[in-house]
Amino acid sequence: MGTSRATAVLLAKELRLEFRTRELLSATIVFALVVVVLFSFAFDPTAAESRRYGPGLLWISFLFASSLMLNPSFARERLNDTIDALRMSPISPFAILSAKMLANFIFMSVVEVVLVPVFSVLYDVSLAGVAGRLILVLALGTVGLTVTGTVFSAISSHARLRELLLPLLLLPILTPLLIAAVEATASLLVEDPVLDRTWLALLAGFDIVFLTASWLLCDYLMEE
Amino acid sequence: MKARYASTIFAAGLIFFAGYAALFIAPDEKTMHAIQRIFYFHLPSWIAMFTALAVAFVANVAYLATRRAKWDALGVSASEAAVVCCTIGLATGPLWAKPVWGIWWTWDARLTTTFILWLLYLSYLLLRGLLDDPERKATFSAVFGIFAFLDAPLVYVSNRLWRTQHPQPVIGGGSGSGLDPGMGRVLLFCVIALMGVMIIILLDRYKLEKLRQEFEELRLEYETLNLESASTGKERP
Amino acid sequence: MPATHYTSAVAARSLGLSFTGVEKRFGSFVALRGITLQIHSGEFVALLGPNGAGKTTLLRIAALLASPTRGTVQCTEGAKSYEASDLREAKRQLGMVGHSTLLYDDLSAAENLTLFARLYGLDDISARVSNALKSCGLDSRAESLVRTFSRGMRQRLAIARALLHGPRILLLDEPAAGLDRQGLAWFSGTLERLRKDGCTVLMSTHARNESLELSTRAVVLAAGTVQDDSGPQGDPRPLLASWRAGA
Repeated sequence: MGTSRATAVLLAKELRLEFRTRELLSATIVFALVVVVLFSFAFDPTAAESRRYGPGLLWISFLFASSLMLNPSFARERLNDTIDALRMSPISPFAILSAKMLANFIFMSVVEVVLVPVFSVLYDVSLAGVAGRLILVLALGTVGLTVTGTVFSAISSHARLRELLLPLLLLPILTPLLIAAVEATASLLVEDPVLDRTWLALLAGFDIVFLTASWLLCDYLMEE
Repeated sequence: MKARYASTIFAAGLIFFAGYAALFIAPDEKTMHAIQRIFYFHLPSWIAMFTALAVAFVANVAYLATRRAKWDALGVSASEAAVVCCTIGLATGPLWAKPVWGIWWTWDARLTTTFILWLLYLSYLLLRGLLDDPERKATFSAVFGIFAFLDAPLVYVSNRLWRTQHPQPVIGGGSGSGLDPGMGRVLLFCVIALMGVMIIILLDRYKLEKLRQEFEELRLEYETLNLESASTGKERP
Repeated sequence: MPATHYTSAVAARSLGLSFTGVEKRFGSFVALRGITLQIHSGEFVALLGPNGAGKTTLLRIAALLASPTRGTVQCTEGAKSYEASDLREAKRQLGMVGHSTLLYDDLSAAENLTLFARLYGLDDISARVSNALKSCGLDSRAESLVRTFSRGMRQRLAIARALLHGPRILLLDEPAAGLDRQGLAWFSGTLERLRKDGCTVLMSTHARNESLELSTRAVVLAAGTVQDDSGPQGDPRPLLASWRAGA
């Protein structure tokens, strides 16, 4: 069976599983909201300076939320050894990996769709006029986040202390993404929004590098 | 055995003379004076670190391609050596920064990149510690090592674009760069000394890892022979 | 289980399994030492042995879930054997029932079977799935989530899942575990039909199991090596009897 069809079938399974229980999604959204609110206690959101920190706080809450959300991605497949069932099927290992990447991208996007309006209200930032460009930045950032996060979820699902290991592996790798995403977001949330091409290029570059690396190394990830 | 002693003494000698050279032979720098001498250890540790990282990357790729255990041994040795050199760099940096810039630390491109790399390769070592099965350990840490190495230039570029406070490159940089030949000679000597130390750490660790692998092989052979000589119908405990 | 639901390319092939010098190590633990075994098409091999003998490891390697530390395992079709590039084709011929159910608890019985039918690229999926569920007696619970099933029901569904794509080589790891009397009767009947159809079966079993009567060959594994083998032409009954006596 072709890889794209297998990916589609597996993606449908991932979505069906998650939307049936919605446990992970709701927990992640609530956690991200808690982080945003906690930040607003640590930094008074009405002060002008906090507006400067806003984009950073937004992306940090996405990162924290994703660290929680990405772990079960592969850890769930250890229940009843369903990962073995997938590996025995006549499909490419990349289909398994990319289905999970796509599913995680969709779930993170749902979290972001909820969080960004809350953020704009709490930090009194207007999103009018920049929505399109903001979506582009969010999308590129989320791709990098979910690609690397899914790969590391596969790795850490075999290790001890996997809940701690995943953020430990993921967050240092994501620093370029964090810088680029925060700067790009910040440049959009000011008086005169201008989307800096450099940051977009960096985000796109990050995505391409790690997507390619995942594709090349995917057989090793899906081994026993 | 003799070779190990000889090489260790040689490296110790190099470091001793490098230290002597840095402190007494090198000419005095006009703005920073004595503190600047840390530069003779600081910069070489960077060079040694990047060399070790490059070796680790090659070893990781080679392991995935060939599945020979020696590449895994080289990968972990090079990564550990890199972490050591990185620690030296991160420790000597603030020692210089405080008297010169007045602050222990600053988030400029090079320092931040080094810090992130330090964290990344520490995570690599942690990952290895948390994976039990040796084959899985080798495979997954190789994959992570490759990701970490690919990330390094991205980290540097992103930090560079973001801010720069480091002294402008003194060697091979723009205008105003160039090194006094006296300093240049001492620097070269120190680079060699620190590279020597890094290589010795790496090779020692590599030998240790290979010994460990050999020990496992011998133990398995012993167990097999033991089982075969015992009664065949015996049940495994 | 209707044995005629094969995809057109697969019908009535004779497939065997060949292990050559297979060794499997997990760190310092050696599960299998130098196993060389030829299983010819149509054989029904009972894999006997105490716990820890390496039966599960051997089956997992046969299922292409694990690769041997040394040695090779191949699916053989007459004289030809599947190369690594044909791995997907080889997977189509393999069906495994393992220690775990390999089922998604949060999907219904029908959804589980449909998922795997799709992944195996089968045609006429809804008919196949409903036939499979009817055959194993779960059609009344087709839409219920697997997490609501009893142990026996899950095992039946696990077996149905393994057989859905009409594999020619069956790898069964204690498949009767957890089956109730009805389930056992269905399973024995199914196995008998599959054997008549010429499927190759490698079944590991620890407890007394009626299906052992169907076996054409007995292989005893102990401490990771083949201790005894009744051979492709031989009679497995003496080995089975002494195994039963000892077990």
